[in-house]
Amino acid sequence: MTLRSYVITRILLTIPMIILLLTFVFLIVRILPGDPASLHFEKQVNPQLLQEFKHQLGMDKPIPVQFVDYLLGLLRGDFGKSMQDFSPVSQQIFSAFPATLELAIWATMWMVSIGIVLGVQASRHYNSAQDHSVRVFGIASYAIPVFFLGEVMIMIFAIYLHWFPSGDRIYPGMTPTGLAIGDFHFATGLFVIDSILEGNVQKLVMSVRYLLLPSLTLGLVLCGIFIRLTRGNMLETSQLDFVTAARARGLKERTVVYGYALRNAFLPILTMMGLQFAALLAGAVLTETTFSWPGLGRFLVDRISFRDYTAIQGVVVFFGILVAVVSLAVDILYAYLDPRIRF
Amino acid sequence: MENERPRGRILVQLLPSLTSLARRGLAGWAILIGLVIVVAIAVMTVTSPWISPYNPIAINVGPLLSPPSFAYPLGTNHLGQDMLSRVYSGGVVMFEVAILSVIVCLVVGVPIGLFAPYTGGNIDKGTSLVMDSIYAFPGLVLAIAIAAMLGPGVVNMALSIAVVYVPSYFRIIRSQVLTIKELPYVEAAHIMGAKSRNTLFSYILPNVIPSIVAVATINFADAILTSAGLTFVGLGLPVSTPDWGWDLTYGRRLLTSGAWWVIAFPGLMVVLLALGFTLMGEGLSELFNPRLQK
Repeated sequence: MTLRSYVITRILLTIPMIILLLTFVFLIVRILPGDPASLHFEKQVNPQLLQEFKHQLGMDKPIPVQFVDYLLGLLRGDFGKSMQDFSPVSQQIFSAFPATLELAIWATMWMVSIGIVLGVQASRHYNSAQDHSVRVFGIASYAIPVFFLGEVMIMIFAIYLHWFPSGDRIYPGMTPTGLAIGDFHFATGLFVIDSILEGNVQKLVMSVRYLLLPSLTLGLVLCGIFIRLTRGNMLETSQLDFVTAARARGLKERTVVYGYALRNAFLPILTMMGLQFAALLAGAVLTETTFSWPGLGRFLVDRISFRDYTAIQGVVVFFGILVAVVSLAVDILYAYLDPRIRF
Repeated sequence: MENERPRGRILVQLLPSLTSLARRGLAGWAILIGLVIVVAIAVMTVTSPWISPYNPIAINVGPLLSPPSFAYPLGTNHLGQDMLSRVYSGGVVMFEVAILSVIVCLVVGVPIGLFAPYTGGNIDKGTSLVMDSIYAFPGLVLAIAIAAMLGPGVVNMALSIAVVYVPSYFRIIRSQVLTIKELPYVEAAHIMGAKSRNTLFSYILPNVIPSIVAVATINFADAILTSAGLTFVGLGLPVSTPDWGWDLTYGRRLLTSGAWWVIAFPGLMVVLLALGFTLMGEGLSELFNPRLQK
């Protein structure tokens, strides 16, 4: 199979998966006990108002019609109306998404770099005390609830040491504007990039200070699998001839390890980044709540307390599509990078 | 000839002689340490009504937000509740949710995982597609959606967690059944006229059990963390139940007052419990699939 036909097959396989997921989420919201509209009011509303409310949301139609409406809406980027004020959920999703994306990017950098450095260290000192403590750390990182670690971080670094702010994304009124030349405006919604585009060092430093604790917390909780992966790969690779050859040529140990041996671990790490993306989003929901980070996760949690089921459905569907698209992208990138892989 | 024994029997041998675990190297030690942690916390939780100095949900048993002292060894929270008593009894919800969700997963996941790959064809393809779709989804987010619709309660939390983890069981069991069903002894059973149901449950299942045990142990750890997460986003039980997850949730608002003891002790208990199950799970899967680990 050529790369092109692999890509096409892979895309075609993603479509039923996404449709299944959408159906699943729809069924959860519509079919589970009672209807979401009555649940929203906790059954204390007169029937006429409830009927009016359902009509506004299109929930008075038969379930199959609602399902078709829902799928067609999603194709247009419509994630439904909020039960709170009937505003389109998509607006709030798209405005909260950059905050989550920025947190996710930084957390990924932490998780991969901590994982690689510790994994390499452990493999270089195989079966030593250092190796064992790194492995224990890796296992312990699975067992820590991300919000507990976040609370500990806030307690130490924000409350006692005052090094970093305890929450939120930036000081009120300091939102970077991005690139602005005359009438031309361009902003990514990622504060670090926007403050660079604006050329404002103060805002840049501030954005990084706000980002550091939440992203480090999320990265630390998820780095365990990368430690294990790097360590295993390095132990295997360091026995191979090309590493011995590099060492025999008298290259520095650091060059041998990071320039030669580690290269072989690059593809598995990339695959794992794709697989961990779902865990990253799930972790982001809790991290955002801990650090009052105004992203999608916190939006989701806010909507739970308002019993806003349509908004909850919208966010969950958005997460699902995002995960499917990212895993598709990683698979294609993998096939492109590794010529040995052809399915 | 240790390695030639059927893997199912290793489990039976392990249970009566825990001391032999330690002789199995690091994996054995991991299981042993994990087991000790889990049993210790379980005993503490079960005996909590007798060992707690105060009623864990009674308010104003001491001063508000008192740091650890002789009278209140782990301090008190903002309602004047004794943290030591709350730590003793706060595991009940997590144990209940975790045990219930593992049972649901076993009852639903194991038969599907055995039946689908054994039948093969479109049934297997269809089931795999559904399971893979759920598996790919961020677990906590899906659990949040289900728990939000079902409303609070131990059973509802357990159900929403179970939906998320059934695919893990399915995938592990399926991959093993695919290999085992081609083995000569299964073929022999066929030829001798064994019914499919008998082949599945009497011949194939016993060899899959070790993997199921390993997955279930990891599932315990995940269920504990997920139930804490559900509580944290506001889908937990009402205040009237002592729960480590609830203490962690409310403790977030008390951080600025510097009351570290309100989150530290319940948090450590959750970490310990999840760590105990993780160690057991890691150890078990290393014993059963030595080739997978390095």
